[in-house]
Amino acid sequence: MSQNLSAPTEDPALLAAFEARIAAGESIEPKDWMPERYRKQLTRMMSQHAHSEIVGMLPEGNWITRAPSLRRKMSLIAKVQDEAGHGLYIYCGTETLGVDRHELVEQLLDGRAKYSSIFNYPTLSWADMGVIGWLVDGAAIVNQTVLAKASYGPYARAMVRICKEENFHKRQGYEICTVLAKGTPEQRAMLQDAVNRFWWPSLMMFGPSDTNSPNSAELLKWRVKRKTNDELRQRFVNLTVPQAIALGITLPDPDLHFAEATGDWVFGEIDWSEFFEVVKGNGPCNRERLEARRAAHDEGAWVRAAAVAHAAKQATRSTTVAA
Amino acid sequence: MPNGVIPDGQWPLWEVFTQGARGQPFEHAGSVHAADAEQALQNARDVYTRRGEAVNLWVVPSSAIVASAPSDAGPFFDPGNDKPYRHPQFYVAPRGVRIF
Amino acid sequence: MAHDEEHHAEEEVRAVVNKAPAAVIAAARTTTVDNPLFEYVLRLGDDRLVLGHRVSEWCGHGPILEEDIALSNIALDFVGHASSLLALAGEIEGKGRSEDTLAYFREAVAFRNALLVELPNGDFAFTIVRQFLFDAYSVLLWDALSRCGHEGLAAVATKSLKEDKYHLRHSSEWVVRLGDGTEESHRRVQEALDALWRYTGELFDHDAIDDAVAAHGIVVDHAGLKARWEAMVADVVQRATLTLPLDAPMRRGGRVGRHTEHLGHMLATMQIVARSHPGASW
Repeated sequence: MSQNLSAPTEDPALLAAFEARIAAGESIEPKDWMPERYRKQLTRMMSQHAHSEIVGMLPEGNWITRAPSLRRKMSLIAKVQDEAGHGLYIYCGTETLGVDRHELVEQLLDGRAKYSSIFNYPTLSWADMGVIGWLVDGAAIVNQTVLAKASYGPYARAMVRICKEENFHKRQGYEICTVLAKGTPEQRAMLQDAVNRFWWPSLMMFGPSDTNSPNSAELLKWRVKRKTNDELRQRFVNLTVPQAIALGITLPDPDLHFAEATGDWVFGEIDWSEFFEVVKGNGPCNRERLEARRAAHDEGAWVRAAAVAHAAKQATRSTTVAA
Repeated sequence: MPNGVIPDGQWPLWEVFTQGARGQPFEHAGSVHAADAEQALQNARDVYTRRGEAVNLWVVPSSAIVASAPSDAGPFFDPGNDKPYRHPQFYVAPRGVRIF
Repeated sequence: MAHDEEHHAEEEVRAVVNKAPAAVIAAARTTTVDNPLFEYVLRLGDDRLVLGHRVSEWCGHGPILEEDIALSNIALDFVGHASSLLALAGEIEGKGRSEDTLAYFREAVAFRNALLVELPNGDFAFTIVRQFLFDAYSVLLWDALSRCGHEGLAAVATKSLKEDKYHLRHSSEWVVRLGDGTEESHRRVQEALDALWRYTGELFDHDAIDDAVAAHGIVVDHAGLKARWEAMVADVVQRATLTLPLDAPMRRGGRVGRHTEHLGHMLATMQIVARSHPGASW
């Protein structure tokens, strides 16, 4: 029986049972039946998240060697190490959906996979380390706290672990900002400049308005996403503006104002053309980020091969001994 | 084994179990990639015990794990609600007698 | 005209000598160090600061994700040890220099690390072999110092020993893995070992500073340490199917501030932000 279908038809009974489980708030686990689209969407979403953690190591890693105190140096190394760990947790979660990490790495290095647009911006001063912890990790936390209740078990569990660790990142960042804000005129100027460069890209991290986001509806239905992009973005702004006021800096948005009626901090128009350019690959650092990852991967090939070769030799030896 | 013959990969997957304190059960913490057992142990230690979460570690190749299938759930896992005799509350002890 | 100039120059020299016949122009035969205990602890701290910094350069560039995490862990531990040691050194010096002042506001000639640790990372083989050679020495040294008569130093030694034992496990296993891996990995590791060998002698040097700190209860048997280190290294080299390099003239100088050209560049990067804002807090 030959059928020319773009996707295999799935048993409607199984699909109905699955959707009932989702509606009941149940966790879907790796060996459970799931629609192909669910598997695909999750693989895409989780691998994108993992790639973001890994690429995210680079803009911050850029300042480890220049951290201006030993305490800051250690905190920054620890933060970047955590990010590697987060990427690892999520890659492992993605692998439960039936894909090998090697394939995921290839997708990233080929340019086929996406990662969070924010990491395509350069880090130009020490103050960026504070601002990234405060704004970028801050935005990630708003996203992730919600993901901790995602319907796919391995993803939710990875998120719980990550959220526990993430809080130190944001606090470290905000502490750096506070010290700079109370510091010399040069330090205050450094902080303001960093905020001017990272504010809008941080808002863009939540993605385009859901009307423009093709995947949102499906992900919301399957309780992989729990809130809309706009809801999360507004939540982030409301949390962050008072923190900015406490620092005594300005935010680069002449239209920003408090609306008594809603209790929201209303912000200006986001330049989505910048966002789409960056997502397409034309951001300030897209090329450099991928080149760095490719270089690490290529230069590491002989190391990975050596470990495999050695393990094989050990295995042969032990079977020989056993025999 | 010459270099060129080895396909480039991310090493096999291992499952990691951590023991939070002496005497506690081992719990599944997640996975790591490693080429051999010693490396799996070290990687697991670096990834899953950075914040003092464990005093002991087990690592197992993921391929060695045998799992029950979700469809087994019914016949496999007895809910036990209709078998009260498995639970201590079913049994009456005279007052005043110390039950260990 | 030239003859006049020469005569004039001669007169100038004579004038200087006549004015200050007792000027001290020849250096003293022996120099004494003000505070040998301070220098001693500085050596320990600088080793780990420089090595920690070097290893931290791998963050985000490791051969596989798990190894990125492992290397970051090592870098973190070393910078931590350095921080404790430099703080201790500052206390001993008693001039109000903190660990940050010492780390960020000294020139290369004031650093007391061994040359081995300031060399650029090279490839993964070079990094791992350098790590192994240092880890083996560090574990033996900390073991000895954990029993020394200086309370502060003994405490740092005891804590650092635990972490360094773990580093040694990691680096020695990698030397074996790479040595007994593929032809390429074997070649790279052997080359690294051959290149690094001449920097190992300095680790076991004994000088006037070592003599002086005996007064503080710090007595390390360097010859004994070296013999045990050689045995450990030989064992791993053998398991790794590598060849121990032939003895060659050893490179030294770091312990007295005579470094390679690499250290200056490394410090220029490390210190730039701190130095650009003198007196600022971070």
